[in-house]
Amino acid sequence: MLKKKMMALATVVTLAGTILSACGGASTSDNSSKKEEKVKIGMVTDLGGVNDKSFNQSAWEGLQSFSKKNDLKAGTKSDDDVRYLQSTQATDYTPNLNQLIHQNFNLVFGVGYLMASDVTKVAQQNPKANLAIIDSVIVDKSNKPLKNVASITFKEEQGSFLVGVVAGLTTKTNKIGFVGGINSELIKKFENGFKAGVKSVNPKAEIYSQYAGAFDAPDKGQAIAATMYGKGADIIYQAAGATGNGVFTEAKSEKKHGKKVWVIGVDRDQYEEGLPENVTLTSMVKRVDKAVNDVSQQTKDGHFPGGQILSFGLKEDGVGIAPSKQNVSKDIINQVNDYKKKIINGSIKVPTTDKEFKAFKS
Amino acid sequence: MDFMQILAIVIPSAILTATPLIFTALGGVLCERSGVVNIGLEGLMVVGAFSAAIFTYFFEQHGLGAASPWLALLIAGLLGGVFSIIHAIASISFRAEQVVSGVAINFLAQGLCLFMVKLLFDGKGQTPYIAHRIDKIDIPLLHDIPIIGPLLFSNVTYISYIAVIISFFVWYVIYKTPFGLRLRSVGEHPQAADTLGINVTKTRYIAVILSGVFGGLGGGVYLVTIASNYSVSTIAGQGFLAIAAMIFGKWHPVGAMGAALFFGLAQSLSITGQQVPVLNHLPDVFLLIAPYVITILALAGFVGRADAPKASGIPYIKGKR
Repeated sequence: MLKKKMMALATVVTLAGTILSACGGASTSDNSSKKEEKVKIGMVTDLGGVNDKSFNQSAWEGLQSFSKKNDLKAGTKSDDDVRYLQSTQATDYTPNLNQLIHQNFNLVFGVGYLMASDVTKVAQQNPKANLAIIDSVIVDKSNKPLKNVASITFKEEQGSFLVGVVAGLTTKTNKIGFVGGINSELIKKFENGFKAGVKSVNPKAEIYSQYAGAFDAPDKGQAIAATMYGKGADIIYQAAGATGNGVFTEAKSEKKHGKKVWVIGVDRDQYEEGLPENVTLTSMVKRVDKAVNDVSQQTKDGHFPGGQILSFGLKEDGVGIAPSKQNVSKDIINQVNDYKKKIINGSIKVPTTDKEFKAFKS
Repeated sequence: MDFMQILAIVIPSAILTATPLIFTALGGVLCERSGVVNIGLEGLMVVGAFSAAIFTYFFEQHGLGAASPWLALLIAGLLGGVFSIIHAIASISFRAEQVVSGVAINFLAQGLCLFMVKLLFDGKGQTPYIAHRIDKIDIPLLHDIPIIGPLLFSNVTYISYIAVIISFFVWYVIYKTPFGLRLRSVGEHPQAADTLGINVTKTRYIAVILSGVFGGLGGGVYLVTIASNYSVSTIAGQGFLAIAAMIFGKWHPVGAMGAALFFGLAQSLSITGQQVPVLNHLPDVFLLIAPYVITILALAGFVGRADAPKASGIPYIKGKR
């Protein structure tokens, strides 16, 4: 009996505490009811998976830090507030997005432009759901942005320009490689920004660029890297997802042979990827984590940026050069910072397409 | 780039790509020679790749260093063999349709391995990267030989030579030993073999398990030389390429090896071609589809009639005519 009474008392005290603290924290009584129900945020990975050392992983890190800040539980279990679903094939995208929406998630991220058509379809079928997509812009038939989708894009060309500057100043052979995943508008931004960066500081440098035709074929990445290093390139910039792993494998084995070669990483700081042989010169960092975190926070605060096209560039700190700078000389870093200022204040406009690159060169 | 330089890039990379296919195709040869069709090679490669990733990682954690991938390969072969017992029981003891059982092996392997990865690594969809691979090296002394040195003995892995040696060994076993004779007779005419006192069931079991061992090795080799971590898309079609190599090689171990090398060459040409003068003016789509087009042309045009073992795919029922 006593136990029961104690329980009841404890409950009353806790309840009172909650109500009181809610009153103290919130400025309006409207908000207090909202705060009670937790925000639920999910993401769907593309084929790379959450451990891809690239933008899927970065997006998940963004959600993890968001959940830590807001005291939510992040994981893969069905009762977690912040969770992700992994896609193992392209046909998983739509069911995965639907699954999270039907579990009343307040916001669902589709990670990667490969999911664009699925996100469009799901968003149109569920006009009340909030979605966001990384690296793409979702529009309806009349080319207007969908109201319930936030499109998150990055100015990859600006970050790529900076690592291009590093490559152009570091190369000894004056030959530099670029390995892309699938030849597309997005990856072309990496390529052209990079080439522009190299040419600005080293007009004599020769640039080989090749697309593997896949983001998940490390064997092809390895073969392409072998060819480029074989032709005398000493730095390769890879923007190829898991295909880029093959570039790292090849660079490590070249370095074991005593050749001095480098890889420039992409999306995240890939310094550790290059260990123990230390082949990562620097990386072009794309702060998917920051973007995901920002949009999640805005949604939680009730300002979901639906229908907007958010563009994260050097100015917003959405792209940039990796914090690991062990392999880059101080002098080069200073020049990179100069170029960074010029891009931010608009005196350099970095090309994104082949056409713009041609115009940039002349 | 002169012609020699191009060859020195194309050929070593062809050998590297071909090595996992050689192992797996040898498994296919052994299995089909005994009269059991094995569509499940893809699944067996998946099991091999998965175990190689897990065990290399595990051995690294326990300080075995550079020996880890080699030990992990042994385990990959072992687990491949164990996994193929499912196929053996279904298709030999229970006389199930062998193609269906093989397809089931493929699905089961893919699903089971992904499930295990999620279980072992906190719900993640792929394993961590292994730190020690079987790396490309120059063979001491031999790589200094002019012309063939840079082509055949530079930038290669030891495991590639092992693959070639093993295919000759398998040829010896199938064609020159009593066990090989029994294996072939069981695959051509099991009734006759049974009459002569050969244990058909036992021979077929051994053959299927051996194919599992080779399939597992093939997957493992792909992992420790090329992919360096396991995810659901690590093995995507290589098993079926190995089956194609087996048919292209007319169910002959050395032929299968040659066919695997040919496939490797086609792929490496398609990649290197984009960096070679003249060829690089073609749209890259042409070069990317080239390996598949070449394969179809080769299979349709130059191989001629391919004779499968007569009893391949037919379960053996004692006393039935």
